[in-house]
Amino acid sequence: MPPTDTHAGTIVSLRNVSKAFERGTVALRGFDLEVREGEFVSLLGPSGCGKSTALRIVAGLSEASQGNVENSAAGKLGFVFQEPTLMPWADVAANVRLPLDLARIGAPAAVGNALARVGLADFAHAYPRELSGGMRMRVSIARALVTEPQLLLMDEPFAALDEITRFKLNNDLLALWQEMRRTVIFVTHSVFESVYLSQRIVVMTPRPGRVFTEIAIPAPYPRHEEFRTSAEYAGFCRQVADALGKATAEAA
Amino acid sequence: MNEGAMRILFPGLVLVLVVAIWHAAVALLAIPPYVLPGPGLVLSTLIADGGLLWRSLLVTLTITFEGFMLAAVGGIVLAVAFNRWKAFEYSFYPYAVILQVTPVVAIAPLLLIYLPQPLAVLACAWIVAFFPVLANATLGLNSVDHNLLALFELYKASRWQVLFRLKLPAALPQMLAGVRIAGGLSLIGAVVAEIAAGSAGAGSGLAYRIAESGYRLNIPRMFAALLLLSAAGVAIFFVLSALSHLLLRRWHESEITRER
Repeated sequence: MPPTDTHAGTIVSLRNVSKAFERGTVALRGFDLEVREGEFVSLLGPSGCGKSTALRIVAGLSEASQGNVENSAAGKLGFVFQEPTLMPWADVAANVRLPLDLARIGAPAAVGNALARVGLADFAHAYPRELSGGMRMRVSIARALVTEPQLLLMDEPFAALDEITRFKLNNDLLALWQEMRRTVIFVTHSVFESVYLSQRIVVMTPRPGRVFTEIAIPAPYPRHEEFRTSAEYAGFCRQVADALGKATAEAA
Repeated sequence: MNEGAMRILFPGLVLVLVVAIWHAAVALLAIPPYVLPGPGLVLSTLIADGGLLWRSLLVTLTITFEGFMLAAVGGIVLAVAFNRWKAFEYSFYPYAVILQVTPVVAIAPLLLIYLPQPLAVLACAWIVAFFPVLANATLGLNSVDHNLLALFELYKASRWQVLFRLKLPAALPQMLAGVRIAGGLSLIGAVVAEIAAGSAGAGSGLAYRIAESGYRLNIPRMFAALLLLSAAGVAIFFVLSALSHLLLRRWHESEITRER
């Protein structure tokens, strides 16, 4: 099979990727993922199924032990960690400006724009410790967006937030995605969150992680709070939860 | 009464009480000044010998300051080097520990043989002061948030960017803790070396004055010099605490006072 098998519009392609850590843990085995440009894809699986590892491999923060990794957005990506991961000694503006500073890019309007997008325009000079958990996560998202990345990688970004804040950030993230039309790969262990956000859900088996099945969520965007309470949403959630249950049972 | 007032008033009361008891004991028991001078005599000696003691204080403080600066800068530079080259850390860290655990009182006489006295005193001040800076800065540099490191890697930060924009600021609280300890220790190191050199008689620092006054049974002057040394130590502590507060007040948990 020729390596140029990926069809046009593919931004990320992982083929038969395995990852074993030095201590012998096998996080991924025979993992395949293909993401098209502009898509919103979620990786869903139980804790420790290697979904974060897969995301770090896509980002180039970790190397696959085996397999083929292609990422045409390499160098043009943003990453949002599970924690806000802000520099506590720097104010919000300086935190958001970091990727530009590191690349020695002077883009005076970029920081303000990124903060405005996440609704924090008035907090440029606050310090991270003065903000709530949800606001810190917004800063983290603004920092990921400030370089106008082609690909946004999010590693369970809202897992530590309360439900009200999470729902709000879900809505804001969808609005941002619709506005910017960038590719998003979103890692989560929440069935409900993945259904609400994604066009396509990749359900993973427990460690060693591989793709159990993929489920498309063909509900139209924009999706709002009404979608969360619709029968259609409940149906998708049941379908995805069933798949996740089977994926977990198969390995156990 | 609020907490701030109590923090000043209560130790002040203790001071007044102790000085009063001291004075009463000396007066009532008619203790001769060559055994224990009263607080009034110590104070008048401090004023009478002011010029001499002040010059000696400056000598000791100058060496303390030099030793402290060398320790602070050297400790941090060495910690950065250790963090950067693990082989370097493995090679030299044990010897830094050995240097630290060997009592400086025991090293001072040897240093006084090999080095001219001011240099030997400086070396002692440095030896005791640099280790806490090194140890704390090493800890700080090694405890940088792994995700922040990953973020810097993601944006292809250079080594210098990682050092100056991430590692040094992240380690600042620990480095300042080390520096604060080093301030007091460099004074101790300088004093120990001066005392060790005492009988050689070449020095003119405050600790040398204490040793000299001891030989002459000038007990009031010993007390006056001791008082000055304590005051110097307290001043060093306050200056370094203020510096630490100034640098950390906006962001570090240790400097935030919470309302309850």
